[in-house]
Amino acid sequence: MIKLLTLIVIALAAVTIWRLMRVLELVRDLRNEDEQITDKDNRVNGRLMLWFLVLGMGGMTYFTIDAKKYLLPVAASKHGALTDSYLYINFALIIVVFFITQILLFYFAWKYQHKKGQKAFFYPVDHKLEFIWTIIPAVVLMGLIVYGLKLWINITAPAPKEAMVIEVYGKQFDWTARYSGGDNTLGRSNFKLITDDNQLGVDSLDENGKDDKITRELHLPVGSKVIFKFHSRDVLHSAYFPHLRAQMNCVPGMTTEFFVEPTITTDSMRLITGNPKFDYVLLCNKICGVAHYNMRMKMVIEPADDFKKWYKTQPYVFARPDAAPAVVPADTVKTAQASAQNRKIVASK
Amino acid sequence: MSTHSHGHAEDSHAGHDHHDHEHHDTFWTKYVFSQDHKMISKQFLVTAIIMALLAMFMSLIFRLQLGWPSEKFPFLESILGHWGKDGKLDPNFYLALVTIHGTIMVFFVLTGGLSGTFSNLLIPFQVGARDMASGFLNMLSYWFFFGSCAVMTASLFVQAGPASAGWTIYPPLSALPQAIPGSGLGMTLWLVSMVLFIGSALLGGINYVVTILNLRTKGMSMTRLPLTIWAFLITAILGILSFPVLFAAALLLLFDRSFGTSFYLSDIFINGAPLAHSGGSPILFQHLFWFLGHPEVYIVLLPALGLASEVISTQSRKPIFGYKAMIGSMLVIAFLSFIVWGHHMFITGMNPFLGSVFVFTTLLVAIPSAVKVFNYLATLWRANIVLSPAMLFAIGLVSFFISGGLTGIILGDSALDINIHDTYFVVAHFHIVMGSSAIFGMFAGIYHWFPRMFGRMMNKRAGYIHFWLTIVGVYGTFFPMHFIGLSGAPRRYYAYTAYEGFDAALNINALVSVFAILGGLAQLIFVFNFFYSMYRGKKAVQNPWGSTTLEWTAPVEHLHGNWPGEIPTVYRWPYDYGKPGADEDFIQQTVPYSETPKSNLPGEA
Repeated sequence: MIKLLTLIVIALAAVTIWRLMRVLELVRDLRNEDEQITDKDNRVNGRLMLWFLVLGMGGMTYFTIDAKKYLLPVAASKHGALTDSYLYINFALIIVVFFITQILLFYFAWKYQHKKGQKAFFYPVDHKLEFIWTIIPAVVLMGLIVYGLKLWINITAPAPKEAMVIEVYGKQFDWTARYSGGDNTLGRSNFKLITDDNQLGVDSLDENGKDDKITRELHLPVGSKVIFKFHSRDVLHSAYFPHLRAQMNCVPGMTTEFFVEPTITTDSMRLITGNPKFDYVLLCNKICGVAHYNMRMKMVIEPADDFKKWYKTQPYVFARPDAAPAVVPADTVKTAQASAQNRKIVASK
Repeated sequence: MSTHSHGHAEDSHAGHDHHDHEHHDTFWTKYVFSQDHKMISKQFLVTAIIMALLAMFMSLIFRLQLGWPSEKFPFLESILGHWGKDGKLDPNFYLALVTIHGTIMVFFVLTGGLSGTFSNLLIPFQVGARDMASGFLNMLSYWFFFGSCAVMTASLFVQAGPASAGWTIYPPLSALPQAIPGSGLGMTLWLVSMVLFIGSALLGGINYVVTILNLRTKGMSMTRLPLTIWAFLITAILGILSFPVLFAAALLLLFDRSFGTSFYLSDIFINGAPLAHSGGSPILFQHLFWFLGHPEVYIVLLPALGLASEVISTQSRKPIFGYKAMIGSMLVIAFLSFIVWGHHMFITGMNPFLGSVFVFTTLLVAIPSAVKVFNYLATLWRANIVLSPAMLFAIGLVSFFISGGLTGIILGDSALDINIHDTYFVVAHFHIVMGSSAIFGMFAGIYHWFPRMFGRMMNKRAGYIHFWLTIVGVYGTFFPMHFIGLSGAPRRYYAYTAYEGFDAALNINALVSVFAILGGLAQLIFVFNFFYSMYRGKKAVQNPWGSTTLEWTAPVEHLHGNWPGEIPTVYRWPYDYGKPGADEDFIQQTVPYSETPKSNLPGEA
């Protein structure tokens, strides 16, 4: 029934528009017009150009100011603060250019509309002008390139050795995190070792994996240095941390990475946003299948002590019968080496 | 090339018959397997319009889902069957719609419909040739295009769904049917369709280049060619050099899918078992894809810019400002377009140093683009503008080119791209430059050259209504999307109801959908105007817009060989509009300098 009604509505709409065309044709014939553009056409559309400019600019400005509430809150990472201010510089630049060029465009379309007896100004070339408006954009863009690349090189530089290593593992359709433990080294993993009990395929023969922990939430100590190592089990995913201003594809067959320094705790961000239920999030940002839109993981940034408390409660990759206390990832290489040394000694006994 | 001409009164397609001459055209050789560039251009156009309506309809369906994610729409089940069960769009089919919408719009509408239509229509006319260098290859180029459209449309009816991995079809998602159902037969048909399309593009492109270089009439030097021809020439070369790389990418994907190779696949564990593929990288596909993908967007844009240059100059009654700079900027854009592809891949995990190189080249491409915009503005300054519907669309193209180009500067900067890559900010950017700027160029071309194609005029009132509704609809649809993206909302998401932080995506999406539906409906006015005017439009005079170029020196009736008698000789460039001292406000290219002593500049004899 609905099908029939829908078809009838569509057919009637088509007939209506067809008859409207006939009406327009009859009006044209009655007025003896020949589809040439008249002065009235120029006047009306010229005026509409101005109106469109004014209302369009006004609408965009209003919308932009109103939409501020939707933008992301202040960046929660060190590099994020830098890219945000760079973004604002870019916006300032392009908004200025936008206003000038669009105003000229629509203003000229109105001001220089065709008038009988008026002749256009024959102005085919002006090398000086061309040079000016080639050089100015070139200089501005060079400036952007230099500044932007400095930021990029800084962000993508190899992480400092003391950065806490965390694996973020994506698969259809969820995320798992693996903390590297006291030795700050992830145990080797191989996709052929994946089982129900070993979802990440960690190699049990690798000493480094003995202190690795698997978690279903991502917790980061505020003020720390973190290097994410990304893996994917099946298809391309992308680890997107909008609040950290971080993103990196997860590619099956290779490890990708991203270095961050979280600066704002979840509690602080709840105050900043005025939303007591706010939570940081990791989202999948590369089309990965039917539940791509539902593939996310909660992230918490907290003071170091809270982090330690939480970390203690998390399970090891390989359940340990001796239930030795969890070791918080150290922030110096020395301590890590020392812990590894200790474990070697213990294991060899 | 025949020097005889055969007169055809061709003022309607509704089965007219004429037996008053001895030409041996049958229905099939005249309307179906035509080798006449004028007929082939119309075939491309009509096919592209139909495909555009299909793809637009798809976008309206998924805009319903995005705008009102908690609503049920019972008619969806009537239209889509089990893909719209209980009035809810199936999430797999959502991804399929998004994929096929993008594929159809980028390839079939904006490449086939823009290049195919206007290169075919204008190249022989504007260079002064009887037809393309090879009418047969030209005919094949259309029928390969038709074949690819047919296969792509057929893929919509596959049981497991059409290709669903996004129009960029990255493996492993597109290589493994177990990862998403559309990667089964649907994906295979997509690849077949694209192979046919690439064949069409190559056949056409070679023809265009050869015709422009070899078949110019007497006096038509390269620097007397209209900017449309320069645009089509450069576009064709871009296509010839880059489409084969997509073909390679598709071929390797076909091998990975069906013949057990591992070009793109390695270390995959899916559906409970490891796969045997080893050693490949998905990033290889991305490099190969975007090596075409980026030039492709300039293949889309350059013809639109060429058409707009012509319309703006003609309707401003003023030469295009900086003709040589316009050519130069197109050449620089084309050259740079080959070395920027990595800006689509900043966060793929490729070496950051490589990323830096691509930032550099990408921001460079903004320079010739800016020059073009300024040249358009200078053309409009102190002009005498006839605001025809074509001119309105050309002005709209410049407006969208500015808007979309400026956000491109942000996206091309890798440090900034980190947080907006694959968000709605990108969706807004490319829809504004392609889905608005380029399509407006196509509309400008259709309104302006309709008299040349069909010997009739389109209804201008309907044209004006179409323009104003569309420009409001399009800006209303895509401007708010920037904010959805800046709020961190990823693209290709079925819904934004899962995470509380997506308020922007929920509220603004409804507004976007409203504008999209209104804008979509406005296109019906165009479609009706187009088909209605083909038969009932006011009969056109030979040169309705007072244009200088050669296509308006041929009679309104379509003749095989375009001109009765000799092909005209060309004596001047195509932009003698509003020349001081001239009798009229335009001088055609076929008028020798000896006939215009009053307006000749020093150096013109």
